[in-house]
Amino acid sequence: MAEPQSSRTTSGGDGRLRNALGGVLCAFSLLLIGVLAFSIRLFSVIKYESVIHEFDPYFNYRVTQFLSKNGIYEFWNWFDDRTWYPLGRVIGGTVYPGLTLTAGTIWWLLNSLNIPLSVETVCVFTAPIFSANASWATYLLTKETKGSGAGLMAAAILAMVPSYISRSVAGSYDNEAVAIFALVFTFYLYVKTLNTGSLFYATLNALSYFYMVCSWGGYTFIINLIPMHVLLCIVTGRYSSRLYIAYAPLIVLGTLLAALVPVVGFNAVMTSEHFASFLVFLILHVVALVYYIKGLLTPRLFKVAMTFVVTVGLALCFAVAAILIALVASSPTKGWSGRSLSLLDPTYASKYIPIIASVSEHQPPTWPSYFMDINVLAFLVPAGIISCFLPLSDASSFLVLYLVTSVYFSGVMVRLMLVLAPAVCILSGIALSEAFGVLTRSMKFQRPTSDDGSSTAGDGSPNIPANSKAVSKEKSSKKNRKKGKDSEGSSSVDPRTEEKLLVLPCGPSAVGIMLLIILSGFYVVHCVWAAAEAYSAPSIVLTSRSHDGLHVFDDFREAYGWLRHNTDADDKVASWWDYGYQTTAMANRTVIVDNNTWNNTHIATIGTAMASPEKAAWEILNSLDVKYVLVVFGGVIGYSSDDINKFLWMVRIGGGVFPHIKESDYLRDGNYRVDAHGTPTMLNSLMYKLCYYRFVETDGKGFDRVRRYEIGKKHFKLTHFEEVFTTHHWMVRIYKLKPQKNRVRGKLKLKSSSKTSSMRKTSGKKSPWQ
Amino acid sequence: MPRATSDAKLLIQSLTKAYAATPTNLKIIDLYVICAVATALMQVAYMGLVGSFPFNSFLSGVLSCIGTAVLAVCLRIQVNKDNKEFKDLPPERAFADFILCNLVLHLVIMNFLG
Repeated sequence: MAEPQSSRTTSGGDGRLRNALGGVLCAFSLLLIGVLAFSIRLFSVIKYESVIHEFDPYFNYRVTQFLSKNGIYEFWNWFDDRTWYPLGRVIGGTVYPGLTLTAGTIWWLLNSLNIPLSVETVCVFTAPIFSANASWATYLLTKETKGSGAGLMAAAILAMVPSYISRSVAGSYDNEAVAIFALVFTFYLYVKTLNTGSLFYATLNALSYFYMVCSWGGYTFIINLIPMHVLLCIVTGRYSSRLYIAYAPLIVLGTLLAALVPVVGFNAVMTSEHFASFLVFLILHVVALVYYIKGLLTPRLFKVAMTFVVTVGLALCFAVAAILIALVASSPTKGWSGRSLSLLDPTYASKYIPIIASVSEHQPPTWPSYFMDINVLAFLVPAGIISCFLPLSDASSFLVLYLVTSVYFSGVMVRLMLVLAPAVCILSGIALSEAFGVLTRSMKFQRPTSDDGSSTAGDGSPNIPANSKAVSKEKSSKKNRKKGKDSEGSSSVDPRTEEKLLVLPCGPSAVGIMLLIILSGFYVVHCVWAAAEAYSAPSIVLTSRSHDGLHVFDDFREAYGWLRHNTDADDKVASWWDYGYQTTAMANRTVIVDNNTWNNTHIATIGTAMASPEKAAWEILNSLDVKYVLVVFGGVIGYSSDDINKFLWMVRIGGGVFPHIKESDYLRDGNYRVDAHGTPTMLNSLMYKLCYYRFVETDGKGFDRVRRYEIGKKHFKLTHFEEVFTTHHWMVRIYKLKPQKNRVRGKLKLKSSSKTSSMRKTSGKKSPWQ
Repeated sequence: MPRATSDAKLLIQSLTKAYAATPTNLKIIDLYVICAVATALMQVAYMGLVGSFPFNSFLSGVLSCIGTAVLAVCLRIQVNKDNKEFKDLPPERAFADFILCNLVLHLVIMNFLG
């Protein structure tokens, strides 16, 4: 009891020095954590090259190129006519500008400082930089809740967690790279406002929420989670004026700022995703008024007021609620957008929106993917939840709510495991820090050189590891003061727990510390392995190891390069929508459909064209002014994400709009086959013909390495298309539409030459293309 | 019924008496809040009359009134001497935060007004 106070008064300088040292250590650890977060994401740059990955990042890259070349006004008003031909796409109004503006600003800043980095380099490295920022934001958020020891632990864990690495490697230039940073930072500012009640932080919170709205469509998670938390606080009796200051300005300012972003626009006030925030806004005002009146009146009069108000108020509430419900229920989707509905009801997408259901990252995750993505943290999280309840504060209840909701959403879509990642990192950081604190404390108190058990030293000793120094210092000094002040066990359970924990003998606690360190070691090893092997593939370049060394398959860029150099600038290229972004970015040609998938009918048109026989497909593609068709085929090398495997989705999506395409026509007894047992419709479809044209020449038998059987129709000629390019490993095949012939034989019925024409009709082929 | 009316009268009397005891600066803030909310209601009534065509103008007008009312309530909470949580917050700092937040709000409003 005497020591902590004495350390404050007599050796004040000593305590200040120790605090300063702790601060320096903390800052240095944060710097190292930032470097760790940056460098663990560089595996793909080292193993392959500094290239943009996957599909969506190419669109973002193309937009950033446009922004850097033409400036922000052109970007804001850009109408892109090189995609979704002939519809075009309004880029300014349909893109979330946060990522491109961030990267564009970094590029402009560096260039104005005469550091000539290219736009591609800035784009590739934006994600690792912002993941370092995200781990610092995690440190801040956890520090607000549980102290800086837990903060450092959580930051270190987030820097490495595989689920976040998967979407933010160097080269993965996608919205989530900056959005997770914005998410955690917004939560940090919200918790800070809740803890301090300062309007300044409330303003910053609204601005950070604006940055989040600019960056990602997942901002609806924030605008529904915070009202849920406010409601929880009100219901559990934790209403305070700080809650009002934290919530009300955020809603007003936040709604306005969200309406500023063109993608959101008036949806900020008209869609169901935002209604929860307005409802809780009203409820909060009612509760605030009630508390104010309670402060003004005596208890008896307050009861009278309550009975009076309740009867009138409830009637009014029911009337308003009935009107609102009638309004909302009149729209078929109850005001929710398709994507939000597919999150709330996991079966919605497969019934109504096949495009959303067909994307592989929208499928529910399997159990092993949880262990792959968050590893050891999966069982540290329950310990963190318990630790949040001792004691329960506004901030820790927020963290628990965040975890529970994000666990539900991650179970719906594998892509949303990314939102779960910060929650599990924070809670397991709290758990680990508490565990370390308890074990080291019990070790310290069992040392023979320490004084009698009751007067426990408050300040840290050199034995305690650095990352729990701050928390054990604060916690033990606080608890000792409490123990000294009240004689017996106080209302809080901590001194009693501490007495119980003090009894932990020295040996087991040393073993415990060793085991925890080994557990963290396993986690680190797994994270580095996942980053190096599983999540660093750029998808545009494939590699495989065989007995004769490393093979590199660079077919995609070969094909786009060929298109870029051997076709006219205005030629239109048709392919399945997966490759649209890459084609516009790398080949610089106009495409018909791309990954934005905003127009289902247009995609269904292409799907129908791929599923029809050659003549019908030619008609459809010609009506869209298409000159070249691109298909991806993996049968020669065994690449399994090719168009033949995606073909059934084309049939389903096409069949959803054009009823003459029936999925059952392409299946033999419910099985999808392209061998000799395949249905005639399947073997005559454009996709089959374009993929397997001349395939039998590769090995003489036509053995497809992906499907693992010989194909059905081996020798056939193409009548309406001609092959112009096939890449080195036959992965991408490009075909040109044959132009119509000038003179059409056999179609004119002239009386004079009827005999000759009828003779020609019976003798030769009728097709005008030969 | 007469008990209810007498209760109601007693209630209103005690409410007005307790409210009259609040300091003047808080009463001024309350007046400001009531003015702002009244302006917002007038705008909504006007929208009901002439339709909501430039919807962004309507939205920014109403939300600017509601926003400044909310911020004034926050200021009142922070400046109120009966509030234990904010006793070491100087009222000048509270007012400065209020000004800052209003600046941001009105910048956004100006942009959105169209």
